[in-house]
Amino acid sequence: MKRLKIFKSLVEDSIKITTHGSKKYHLWMAFLTFVMLIGMYCYSIQLEYGLSVTGMNDSVSWGLYISNFTFLVGVAAAAVILVMPTYILKDIDFKQAVLIGEGIAVSALIMCLAFVVADMGGPSVLWHMIPGIGVFNFPNSMLAWDVIALNGYLFINVSIPFYILFKLYQGKKPNPKVYIPGALLSVFWAIGIHLVTAFLYQGLQARPFWNNALLGPRFLASAFAAGPALIILVLAIIRTYTKFNIKNKTLKKIALVVTVAAQINLIMLVSELFKEFYAPTHHSESAYYLFFGLHGKTALLPWIWTAISMNILATVILSIHKLRNNFKVLFFACTLLFVAIWIEKGFGLIVPGFIPGVYGKIVEYTPTGVEIGVTLGIWAMGAFIFTILAKTAVKIETGELRFIKTQNKK
Amino acid sequence: MSKIGDFFKLNLNDSKDSQGCGCGSTSGGCGSHKQSQSQHTNISDDEFDAAVEASFQEESKKDGFDQVFDVKMNRRTAFKKLTASLLIGAGAVSTSCSVIAGDETKEKSQIDWEEQFKGNYKLMNDDEKKETVTRLARSYELRTGKTVNISSENAEEDVLFGYAFNISKCKGYMDCVTACVEENNQDRNSEMQYIRIHEMEDGKGLNFDEADDNYYHEVPAEGHFYMGTQCFHCDNPPCVEVCPVKATWQEDDGIVVIDYDWCIGCRYCMAACPYDGRRFNWSNPEIPEEEVNKEQHYLGNRLRKKGVMEKCTFCIQRSRKGKNPACVDACPTGARIFGNLLDPKSTIRWVLENKKVFRLKEDLGTEPKFWYFMD
Repeated sequence: MKRLKIFKSLVEDSIKITTHGSKKYHLWMAFLTFVMLIGMYCYSIQLEYGLSVTGMNDSVSWGLYISNFTFLVGVAAAAVILVMPTYILKDIDFKQAVLIGEGIAVSALIMCLAFVVADMGGPSVLWHMIPGIGVFNFPNSMLAWDVIALNGYLFINVSIPFYILFKLYQGKKPNPKVYIPGALLSVFWAIGIHLVTAFLYQGLQARPFWNNALLGPRFLASAFAAGPALIILVLAIIRTYTKFNIKNKTLKKIALVVTVAAQINLIMLVSELFKEFYAPTHHSESAYYLFFGLHGKTALLPWIWTAISMNILATVILSIHKLRNNFKVLFFACTLLFVAIWIEKGFGLIVPGFIPGVYGKIVEYTPTGVEIGVTLGIWAMGAFIFTILAKTAVKIETGELRFIKTQNKK
Repeated sequence: MSKIGDFFKLNLNDSKDSQGCGCGSTSGGCGSHKQSQSQHTNISDDEFDAAVEASFQEESKKDGFDQVFDVKMNRRTAFKKLTASLLIGAGAVSTSCSVIAGDETKEKSQIDWEEQFKGNYKLMNDDEKKETVTRLARSYELRTGKTVNISSENAEEDVLFGYAFNISKCKGYMDCVTACVEENNQDRNSEMQYIRIHEMEDGKGLNFDEADDNYYHEVPAEGHFYMGTQCFHCDNPPCVEVCPVKATWQEDDGIVVIDYDWCIGCRYCMAACPYDGRRFNWSNPEIPEEEVNKEQHYLGNRLRKKGVMEKCTFCIQRSRKGKNPACVDACPTGARIFGNLLDPKSTIRWVLENKKVFRLKEDLGTEPKFWYFMD
């Protein structure tokens, strides 16, 4: 009963915190709400007329939604890069960043699930997927694995930070014996969600572009580059706008992680390009389409070359210590890297899998306004959720929000 | 089942025990072998019902998830409870809110509720199958005033359907495509077609890359030959493996079917099919009322809705009644041959034994039951 009371007070306090703030904060939330409403309107159109309002068709049957889903699984998985050193290796530098990282993971996962639901033809029969009342094709279907992996990871990443914040809120010290096993599990789970998501594509013999052994490892490398890059940017913003003190040392350590991952990612890209273009086979056609266009169809060319240039530039900047340690340059490089990987692992990966089609037919894909609207809406929702989570977490971490305090107030 | 393997398996690893399938895969495709194998032995006792029941049990034994949670029973009871409570709720709402609503409106909403929360067709027993087709037919009657005949006929014993396509004979008339669309109630709006006829140039071999599957000129065009593709009803179907909710599966007569009401529309199967065999209802399918084929099967040509997958079912509503699929009957050149692979006297067996047959993308290990040959 007492716990419930504390929980109730925590919820009340966090509502109070999230509804009060500076003018900039309110503008930001209003903007996100507006974008979410646009997204909901677009989704209502899609619900009424079916997926025909998107750019997807019989040839390219997955598009922007699944692309964003794939990318965001990586972002979610990258939270582990902060969890491991903090909880297990007891690296103090990461400690302040870790709750923010887990907040990013939670919002990324909710976005992932939203993208999957948005991509479904029959969201009203979603309950067919719920184990127990539905039928789950486990272990045969990688999508079934993915549902378990994502929801499990979401549960872990909600419960650990909640436990820690709940203890801190009461002014108590969180017991490591409770959260360390969870943190350890989440490390393996993070690798798992990303590999499982890669296997979802990798296991299809019908699509040679995906059906290669490097896909899984490359997913991991790019995730550990893009995810922490986003965390650096978010920490920088939080540092500017709140009292939450994040040390330069922490940012520099995360930057080092980003650098190594980006380098590995580039090496794998080279390996992939070599395999596709040194001795091209029939199976290299998708890669040809992606990088050079096929039979005059070149829709993805500007995107992929932008992505690759950004990727190389960012990796070079990060690899030079002097540049990396300059925060302005670091933030610029992180932005570049994040966008580059979003393109590369989003529709740079999903769309060419379908082009050319299984009988060689080339049908190009361009997302429609409705599709883009829903996508932006889901991103806004992710940002909205993250802002709420981060605002409460920061207040508790900095000690501004305590259960005792509220008691005294009364 | 191993006997069938003799003439249509890749037999990559012959040394393996007879239970494994040719591709060496240990996944569901092989499971279906075991299942039907046991059924064949059971069937000799002339207890088909018992055999079905046994195969169900065996299946749930094989499935790791079912094994752990014993979902079969749970799900049934859960469904019944869920449906019952929803019915009470829906009934209460409809009676309390609508004094003027007629019995038909109430019946319709009741059917809608029951249909929304029914189980997976594959796991239904024969009575449940009958109930759902009755509901669907009644629902159609309430909506349009017309009657449809929806069958829930199961696969016959000792039947395994196969298909052969004579490349020499096909002249690209596309009568098969038209017949298929009319027979299977496909969406006229998006002009959905299960069959694609690829027009290929002589002297270039089977070159799908340069083939044209969307021609509008007089056929047969000079210097060209034609090749039809559709769902190949693979014996090791990748589309079935990947479905997260088991909404698609292989029936005992080898036909790969979809429960349109169970499909969630994720399109994973579409990505997994190497043969472009699956179609998705991107919008609400529309068929003029007078063109609707009223002779339907639950797993076949009954009316679909938006957001679900569909595909060729070898015209299950016809083939299970001993007839040929519509495309076979419509073909004016006799390029299409269909029949029971287990019947040594069937034409399809003659073709397989006497012609130089081949299949598409055999290296993928999908084991299509669709062969090509030339005169």
